[in-house]
Amino acid sequence: MKVIEVKGLTKSYGDFTAVAGIDLAIEAGEIFALLGPNGAGKTTSVEILAGFREADGGSISVLGFNPATKGDAGRSWRNRIGVVLQTASDAGSFKVREIVKHFSTFYANPRDVDQVIEAVGLTAKRNSLVLELSGGQRRRLDVALGIIGNPELLFLDEPTTGFDPEARRAFWSLIRDLKAGGTTILLTTHYLDEAEELADRVAVINAGKIIEVSTPAILGGRSTAKATVSWMSPTGIQIEESDNPTSVVAKLAAKFDGEIPELTITRPSLEDIYLKMIGGQDE
Amino acid sequence: MSKVPSTLKLGLLRGQMEIIQFSRQKEAVVFTIFFPVILLVIFGSVFKDTIAPGVTFSQYFVAGMIASGLVNTGFQNIAINIPLERDMGAIKRLRGTPLPITSYFIGKAISVLVTMMVQVLILLVIGAAFFGLNMPTEPSKWLTFTWLLVLGTASSTALGVAFSSVPKNGRGAAAIVSPVVIILQFFSGVFFVFTQLPGWMQQFAAIFPLKWLTQGMRSVFLPDSFAAQEVAQSWESGRTALILFVWLIAGLFLAVKTFRWENK
Repeated sequence: MKVIEVKGLTKSYGDFTAVAGIDLAIEAGEIFALLGPNGAGKTTSVEILAGFREADGGSISVLGFNPATKGDAGRSWRNRIGVVLQTASDAGSFKVREIVKHFSTFYANPRDVDQVIEAVGLTAKRNSLVLELSGGQRRRLDVALGIIGNPELLFLDEPTTGFDPEARRAFWSLIRDLKAGGTTILLTTHYLDEAEELADRVAVINAGKIIEVSTPAILGGRSTAKATVSWMSPTGIQIEESDNPTSVVAKLAAKFDGEIPELTITRPSLEDIYLKMIGGQDE
Repeated sequence: MSKVPSTLKLGLLRGQMEIIQFSRQKEAVVFTIFFPVILLVIFGSVFKDTIAPGVTFSQYFVAGMIASGLVNTGFQNIAINIPLERDMGAIKRLRGTPLPITSYFIGKAISVLVTMMVQVLILLVIGAAFFGLNMPTEPSKWLTFTWLLVLGTASSTALGVAFSSVPKNGRGAAAIVSPVVIILQFFSGVFFVFTQLPGWMQQFAAIFPLKWLTQGMRSVFLPDSFAAQEVAQSWESGRTALILFVWLIAGLFLAVKTFRWENK
């Protein structure tokens, strides 16, 4: 079942085209990442799908409704989704448990307040004022408020920006737990490792267009890209690109009769491929 | 699947949260609740004259302070706070939930009403103890007081929400909102006896709710003999109710039409 289905989505602000016609089809239960640099159109896309902005064009279905024209279905539709947008600084004078409890009252079938606080690792902080939380704790509170309604579909807009590595890992495990519980997640990120770590599928987006949709393992033809073999010959560094690096090495081993000087074999990292993809768009 | 909670129930819960939030902002509490009291003490101590037989300026001033409290707590606080809430992402976050916007407005109004009741209580106690304010004894006066409080709170809240769309962001909000309130206070007979103001000022003030709220509060707290001193030689209760109601409807209409969940 498709949870999100989008065709030809466009959105401009004045002369600036934020989203230049994207298609998406997101299946129930998957974690789908929109990966791209700042200003690529990720946030605009998510805010349209989550019903915050109206698209200029295209057909959109999110949980069976067009977010812009859902009309009377609005509340029951919102009851089924969770939204974690980019940094907010509100609710400072509430205690953590107080605000999570309050948000739970908005929904028909909320999760247990204390379990959610536990899941985001804020149990020790449950009676602290929100303004006393660190940046990472605040972000986890954002997620708690996003998932308290027990959503079928969760939007996460750059959830780990500004996290230290340990906090990111803890956050990733929280997201995997949500997926294990059956939540469909649309995540935006400009961190490649985050997309690689979490996503079942990744769409690389740049300048408002989707460049490729695939699984992290084969993104950009990564798994089939040629390997680069390099070594030192008497006349200098030699490089050969090959689909069969082993045979290249065997040939060289015979030629040098033993150790091949300064031998390296490399395949492009995901980062190389990603930078090439988004760099290529700028030209 | 069970149903999402009712708009009214969520409005009451929002009201509770608004009051908790307000009560934890000590500066706001002091400013909102005690500032009118401080003004009462200053004005009541400086102007001890009698402005009509059996009516001192302090009594006149208490009525004005209660009325302008409605405008400060409702209109001014809300029109300043909503842009700040927008800056902080609070309203955008709420918009991502099934909370109806009406519940959000109801919560604001409840918070204004509760704050006003505390403020009025303190003003009345101090007014009666130190400045010769006479508590009305007739039930009809308290009935007038009640509908003025409710209608004043509702229209002031609605107009505050409507006006919150004027400031671009939270930083500039106070500078835009506060002068509107201060000018209205000077024009509407809060700091001066209304009938002693220039005619054009009176006519200008008569367009806006504060003039009618102050006059209404005078009808509650001053002896009925003072009605003869008013512009129309009467308290004009019916007209007061009508004008406040029209402003309430206009405020609601504009609030719903112009409400934004983020700053431009």
